[in-house]
Amino acid sequence: MDNKIAFDFRSLAKLITKIENDRKGSEEILLNLYKENSETVVIGITGPPGAGKSSLTDRIIKEYRNLGKTVGVVAVDPSSPFTGGAILGDRIRMCDHSTDPGVFIRSMGSRGSLGGLAPATIDVLNLMKSAGFDVLIVETVGVGQSEIDVMSIADTVLLVLVPGMGDDVQALKAGIMEIADIFVVNKADKDGKERLVAEINMIVQLNRHRLLWEPPVVETVATENKGTSVLMDRIYDRGAWLKNNGMQVKKDKIINQFKHMALDRIGANILAILNDSGMFTRWTEDLVNGKSNPYYAMKELDENIKIKWGK
Amino acid sequence: MSQKIRVLIAKPGLDGHDRGAKFVARALRDAGMEVIYTGLRQTPEAIANAAIQEDVDAVGLSILSGAHNTLLPKVVEILKSKGAEDILVFGGGVIPESDIPFLKGQGIKAVFTPGTPSEEFIKFIKENVRKDG
Repeated sequence: MDNKIAFDFRSLAKLITKIENDRKGSEEILLNLYKENSETVVIGITGPPGAGKSSLTDRIIKEYRNLGKTVGVVAVDPSSPFTGGAILGDRIRMCDHSTDPGVFIRSMGSRGSLGGLAPATIDVLNLMKSAGFDVLIVETVGVGQSEIDVMSIADTVLLVLVPGMGDDVQALKAGIMEIADIFVVNKADKDGKERLVAEINMIVQLNRHRLLWEPPVVETVATENKGTSVLMDRIYDRGAWLKNNGMQVKKDKIINQFKHMALDRIGANILAILNDSGMFTRWTEDLVNGKSNPYYAMKELDENIKIKWGK
Repeated sequence: MSQKIRVLIAKPGLDGHDRGAKFVARALRDAGMEVIYTGLRQTPEAIANAAIQEDVDAVGLSILSGAHNTLLPKVVEILKSKGAEDILVFGGGVIPESDIPFLKGQGIKAVFTPGTPSEEFIKFIKENVRKDG
């Protein structure tokens, strides 16, 4: 069952490093390796820090392993904006799977990305998809309100919340609350659970008119394995729904993902052009010396880009 | 984009004290490295597998239980058996001076005992990790 995966783990790990370190070279790698694999289930797990995303990921891995499915995990933790360093601790909750040949877990630093994922996460997931994993799980950094990149790669997004957030949930009405396909109320043995569930239900009701899929609410205590089987049933429900009605969702994801990649690439290319020509340095020097202001600089930028793109 | 040094900090064996490991992890993070921390009570097998999946440049093993002469060489041995002998392995914790030559003979590239300034192990890692990726 495990030999379905196209690479040994050492080669796969090395390819991932290449993709992370050389964003330009990664295109070459994926150009050759990319295989559309519509059978792969991609689950995104997001939520505020400390909500229990890693513990829940650990439980979901176990459930899929019991079915004999191979599982790949990408877990993102924040990089320091000052040193670029990071402490990646998501594996702590998943160490039961370290010796399982059907599970591959990779930690990633967010490396300056602000959308909850790392710059290379989409590419790495596409690589793992092409490698033939049955299930992929992507765990975002602990998020606040607007880190919604995960929706462009996951078929099913789990938003993990904990009781006691009270008014915070109110504040989350837009943005992150809108991308949940399944709400998970973790640490459901804590006070305030009823209130949280009620608030989520209210938000779902408010959004109902424009939802194709109505997100269910599941209560769990991940560390005690409570609620896991109900959660899995909802994940399977979502999968079945996607198979039958998911064309629009799938289309949106494909477009979203490509838009994400294209913007990333275009931004990097333009910056490289500006750097190579010395324009970027000149503009920033003028800004620092007070010889220009940001809007003059932007005007110049517009004019220059038009010249480059005119051909 | 520049290449990041990735280090796995792990605690093999049964002692439950990870202050040292966390101190080292924090210092390496502040030196700009990506540090994967796997928590307490890991088997050598689990540590080696995590090191391979994370494609780290170095593995730091923190141990205070006294079982270093068994557990540390075991990690090196498993890495080697999986074709990952290029991953640098170093140790730290309560390890008697007299055991250090034995450990170095077993492929542990350095041993840092309590009181080592962080500059020392940071410099060691920067100078000794593979550069070719």
